[in-house]
Amino acid sequence: MFGDYSLGDLGSIFAMQGFAGLILFSVYVLMALGLAIIFGQMGVINMAHGEFMILGAYMTWLCSEFFAAYLPSLFGIYFFVAMALAFVASGSLGMLVEWALIKRLYKRPLDTLLATWGLSLILQQAYRSIFGPREVGVNLPDWMLGSLQVTDSIEVPINGLLVMALTILITIAVYLLIFRSRWGQQVRAVVQNRVMAGAVGIDTEKVDRLTFGLGCGIAGIAGSAFTMIGSTGPTSGQLYIVDTFLVVVFGGAASLFGTIASAFTISQTQSTLEFFLSGSMAKVITLLAVVAILMLRPQGLFTLKVRR
Amino acid sequence: MKLAFLSRRDVLFLAVLAFLLLVVFPFALDGFRLNLVGKYLTYAFAALGLVLCWGYGGILSLGQGVFFALGGYGMAMYLKLEASSVENTKIQSTPGIPDFMDWNQITELPYFWQPFHSFPLTLILILVVPALFAFVIGAAMFKRRVSGVYFAIITQAIAAIMTILIIGQQGYTGGVNGITDLRTLHGWDIRTDSAKFILYFVNAVLLLGVILIAMFVRDSKLGRILVAMRDKEDRVRFSGYSVANFQIFVFCLAGVFAAIGGAMFTLQVGFMSPSLTGIVPSIEMVIYTAVGGRFSLFGAVYGTLAVSFARTSLSESFPQLWLLGLGALFIATVLFFPNGLAGIWRDYVQPTVDRVLKLRGKPSDPAWEAGKSSTAPAE
Repeated sequence: MFGDYSLGDLGSIFAMQGFAGLILFSVYVLMALGLAIIFGQMGVINMAHGEFMILGAYMTWLCSEFFAAYLPSLFGIYFFVAMALAFVASGSLGMLVEWALIKRLYKRPLDTLLATWGLSLILQQAYRSIFGPREVGVNLPDWMLGSLQVTDSIEVPINGLLVMALTILITIAVYLLIFRSRWGQQVRAVVQNRVMAGAVGIDTEKVDRLTFGLGCGIAGIAGSAFTMIGSTGPTSGQLYIVDTFLVVVFGGAASLFGTIASAFTISQTQSTLEFFLSGSMAKVITLLAVVAILMLRPQGLFTLKVRR
Repeated sequence: MKLAFLSRRDVLFLAVLAFLLLVVFPFALDGFRLNLVGKYLTYAFAALGLVLCWGYGGILSLGQGVFFALGGYGMAMYLKLEASSVENTKIQSTPGIPDFMDWNQITELPYFWQPFHSFPLTLILILVVPALFAFVIGAAMFKRRVSGVYFAIITQAIAAIMTILIIGQQGYTGGVNGITDLRTLHGWDIRTDSAKFILYFVNAVLLLGVILIAMFVRDSKLGRILVAMRDKEDRVRFSGYSVANFQIFVFCLAGVFAAIGGAMFTLQVGFMSPSLTGIVPSIEMVIYTAVGGRFSLFGAVYGTLAVSFARTSLSESFPQLWLLGLGALFIATVLFFPNGLAGIWRDYVQPTVDRVLKLRGKPSDPAWEAGKSSTAPAE
């Protein structure tokens, strides 16, 4: 499949596809970060994670429509407002869900998988009733549409760079929050020993609710980024849930660095292969490779060395 | 034949189910509805496999649709080849190959289709291929002590890969439409009403047979080891049992059950498509099992029937409500009835029935008691 291209062409293709994969990478990282917090820290398998992402995407779409209709002068910056709104909306829904559903299931992790699957069906139907069954797309402001000309044959899309930069910022913020802040210390304490954490005065219920909300909120931001690579429909989120779980497992649960590395590997492999093969075969090969590696190394790429 | 492993209660349940499937449904329902019930029952095969695998063995597989597909596509490939005889397909540019291959400019039958010319070989492959596939997955995962959530996620990924592959490789698999326009089985037209009637009975008898096999496994020493493994895997391992081998066996068995269901689905419905085998149908099989009661073989059958009936009637009259209903049903089952229909029966109906019939069977099933304790806090 490489035979028809010269070495220089191949270099350009890899670079171009690599940059084109940046948004996919950002979506994967943000989705997987949220999932890794919920799954790695709380042991809850959130099958509705894709639907939280799509809520963020719908918020972004609403924002773009609202700014286009009422505040056209501020249209250039609506995307940042939309991201914040997506975070708040998905995060609040997440806290509500945690309060109503998840908190009763902490002792049965496999059952959270079934219950959140039920939740995802309900959310999909809700989106269909509220926003309609048709897929919607957002308009980006002009300044985000261009691309930077790096060399003659390599162009870098600006929106990709922007989303990438935001993703890095959010990742650093999450890292600081979990590993450096007082609250993160409480989260980790609850994970390690719920009963003891309660005994030393940590409000474990509140910590759980905020953790779940944070994970879902980050998924909402992923939804904002997602609007740049796909159109938003009621079932769009379901397509991403398998990939995202693989990203988390492949990276090694509970390892933030592993999550990022595996999101990068998977999104870049897929994006590069897509140039040479059909989209579906690229996906099959990527997923197969991940599953094969997981069969040989089930603990994932990076693991924390802990005594169990 | 003396079935020593059955308790009196099991015999009674089996008789009731057999009466329902073989007498009540065929007399009470018209041909269309009976065919529909037959279609639902094919999913019960997969649900039965999940009871052994998930309820007893503690291995949650979200990829049972893969095995359903392997069985279903095996049967569909045989039927398709029979329907694509040279006389039937003489208008194609290459006569004698399935129509969708011709549309995709394939001029020669691919090698993996060749064995499906022979009926006996097809029947063998329908059972052997899923078992081998399950063995490979199981051996790779269980020998490395992967279990629980990780196993569930990886089986789900395999279901996703399989679906994308089937849809992507249109020329070899029929793509998103699947394999359609199936006509005869070994010269016998499967589209007539009488054929559908007979196939329903074949399906029901096979289902009862699979239940018997599952009961045999459940009540054997193997079944007890499965339950022990689910609740205290390390203790079983330290007692000298090879945990992985038991897990592989039960996963293969569940896969073969699902494959039988898939093959019967193709025969009764007359087509096979990727929409019946992907992530969503695989999870629905888990739903059937959960609603029926994950520790109960009979519960799996009734759960499948109940959810499918509810789906058909709800989606006929209120199409928007169906997803909401299914989601709510699922959440309610998990939150309030973790043992499903079988749990409700056991807690509320069984005592009365026992008193009336003066049954004194086993006081309790080890799987249930253990199941209760496994919901207690983990240490």
